[in-house]
Amino acid sequence: MSNFFPRWANWVPLQLLVCVLLAGAPVTLGIWYYFTPKYTRVGYQPDQPVPFSHALHVKQLGMDCRYCHSFVEVAGHSNLPNTQTCINCHGEGKILGNSPRLAPVRESWKTGQPIPWVQIHRLPDYAYFNHAVHVNRGVSCYSCHGKINEMAQVYEAQSLSMKWCLDCHRSPENFLRPPSEVFNMDWHPASDTEQREMGLKFKADWKINPPVNCGGCHR
Amino acid sequence: MVRYFSIILTLLVVLIVSIAGLRGCKTKRPPIEIFPDMVRQDKVKSQVPSDFFADGRGNRQPVVGTVPLGYAAPSSSKMSSADGSDSVMGGAYNAVIFSGSEGYADTGKVGTNWGTGIPFPVTKETLERGHDRYEIQCAVCHGSTGTGNGIATKYGLVGVANLQQQRLRDMTDGEIYNTVANGKNTMLGYGGVIQVPDRWAIVAYVRALQRSQNATLNDVPDAERASFQPTNAPVTTPAPSKP
Ligand code: HEC
Ligand code: HEC
Ligand code: HEC
Ligand code: HEC
Ligand code: HEC
Ligand code: HEC
Repeated sequence: MSNFFPRWANWVPLQLLVCVLLAGAPVTLGIWYYFTPKYTRVGYQPDQPVPFSHALHVKQLGMDCRYCHSFVEVAGHSNLPNTQTCINCHGEGKILGNSPRLAPVRESWKTGQPIPWVQIHRLPDYAYFNHAVHVNRGVSCYSCHGKINEMAQVYEAQSLSMKWCLDCHRSPENFLRPPSEVFNMDWHPASDTEQREMGLKFKADWKINPPVNCGGCHR
Repeated sequence: MVRYFSIILTLLVVLIVSIAGLRGCKTKRPPIEIFPDMVRQDKVKSQVPSDFFADGRGNRQPVVGTVPLGYAAPSSSKMSSADGSDSVMGGAYNAVIFSGSEGYADTGKVGTNWGTGIPFPVTKETLERGHDRYEIQCAVCHGSTGTGNGIATKYGLVGVANLQQQRLRDMTDGEIYNTVANGKNTMLGYGGVIQVPDRWAIVAYVRALQRSQNATLNDVPDAERASFQPTNAPVTTPAPSKP
């Protein structure tokens, strides 16, 4: 009986195995790296109809978040400001009163149609979220939205995934701040240990008990 | 074979990384929703469009005579008397209260004239709340001391009133309240974003500011008078205003 397979064919199964392993590792790594909100959401920075800059209005002018997001302390939803808020400074004859960059704002003021801001942070409809409970209990905007006061154009800084919510709900002491610093994006604890000590104190004083059972957020 | 394979693989990885980028890099592409089953439901959340209504808005204007869910009914705020006698407002800033009724507390008017006085007892807490709100809502234009030199005036906002001027010192509380709520001339109103008790707290604080800039030694409580040297240094601690 002649040799049906050439001699090198003996190596084919081994080579195939090496290829599968070589290919498998990057595919696994790729899925781990890309198939997560840390990739799909973080850094989402859409163009807005008006080039509104938080860096200018908050950092340079020193405006408080609540001047515009006025109901964040009392409501579940943090509102975007209405057109009147902008017009009070940017109306005709006021600051940049005829700048073309602000044309959509004046247009909206004339017609009564809202400015079509593009929503950036957006949870799925099956998850319940409430701003007031967090903000009033010493969780800063900074912990969830990043350094807004340095963003010329807002982008999503955190993944807003369920793991991310739970990481804080399981150990809120790593994030709690004095209530006076909640709206201050530049505040930092002196050290991690100081943050933990302070956080544990607040947690005990205010009886903070964030929900970790499913019904807390999927209600 | 293995060699060619690894070359192709490397090229593929480089291609994918260069197209997809790294985690956290800025992108204008909306987040991908892989299984969108229950993610977007047919319910209306705040400040989103809805094609159910002709004007395309999800949020509706309240029907006349109704109180939106979560708001306190006008009568429950019990701030109707100008002398503050039957007030329950105290420090209740938790309920969302916007005007709706015809009383002094909601309009600043007694009959057809401006009234004066804060319709609930002014405590230290009220003034602190007023201070807080003033710094958020008013200081950008009127400045922290009310002299009309807020940051916006440095960028070309003209005509901001000086709250320390005599005309505004003599003005009734009700009329200042009305300016906060409904605006005046080139200043648009803040009634849409500041609740009724907060508006009054701001008025009380503006009064305190006006007094603090013109304070005399007689305004200082006896106990602390000794700590002031007879210099011309301005007294900056807000003195409690008359309710
Ligand atoms: C002068 C008014 C103003 C002030 C002050 C302001 N914002 Fe905003 N904010 C806006 C407007 C308008 C938008 C919508 C346009 C955009 O996304 O840039 C916005 C958008 C945002 C968004 C993104 C919303 C989304 O669609 O997901 C966040 C988060 C935010 N602001 C947080 C803050 C924080 C935190 C502060 C205080 C440090 C602050 N803002 C102060 C006006 C303001
Ligand atoms: C307290 C007053 C104030 C308010 C309220 C305000 N702005 Fe401004 N805005 C300013 C000032 C001051 C500047 C800087 C003007 C300059 O650089 O000369 C500015 C600049 C801008 C610019 C130009 C930025 C650039 O790079 O050229 C835009 C766009 C803008 N604002 C949008 C808005 C929008 C939208 C709102 C409403 C959410 C708003 N502003 C509310 C004071 C205000
Ligand atoms: C515990 C985390 C957390 C904190 C603290 C927080 N936010 Fe948010 N914010 C979110 C989440 C999650 C969303 C998306 C909500 C949704 O999709 O319903 C959001 C959405 C927003 C939006 C967009 C709302 C919309 O519908 O367009 C604004 C504006 C905003 N936040 C402002 C603020 C401000 C200002 C503060 C600080 C006072 C703050 N947030 C504090 C988590 C947080
Ligand atoms: C940085 C910390 C932090 C993050 C991030 C965070 N939370 Fe919380 N959350 C808290 C704290 C602290 C409380 C507890 C407040 C209390 O005990 O009064 C809380 C309470 C809650 C509650 C209970 C409200 C109630 O009515 O009792 C809900 C619901 C909730 N969080 C949802 C979420 C969701 C959804 C996310 C993710 C999008 C999230 N949280 C992210 C800190 C956080
Ligand atoms: C702190 C709030 C919170 C708690 C507690 C919580 N979840 Fe979630 N869950 C979320 C949020 C926010 C999302 C949306 C995450 C996203 O879109 O990335 C989510 C998403 C999910 C999803 C959908 C995942 C997907 O990608 O399709 C499932 C399933 C789920 N949660 C199950 C549970 C179960 C089971 C529990 C109880 C063990 C639980 N959750 C507790 C906040 C919470
Ligand atoms: C966007 C800038 C701006 C903000 C913010 C602002 N004001 Fe004014 N205010 C003005 C201007 C401009 C005038 C002058 C109006 C005129 O007479 O044309 C004025 C006038 C006034 C007057 C005098 C009205 C009169 O009868 O002459 C009072 C009182 C007043 N403001 C109080 C307030 C209070 C209280 C707040 C905070 C809730 C506030 N303002 C916030 C710009 C502002």
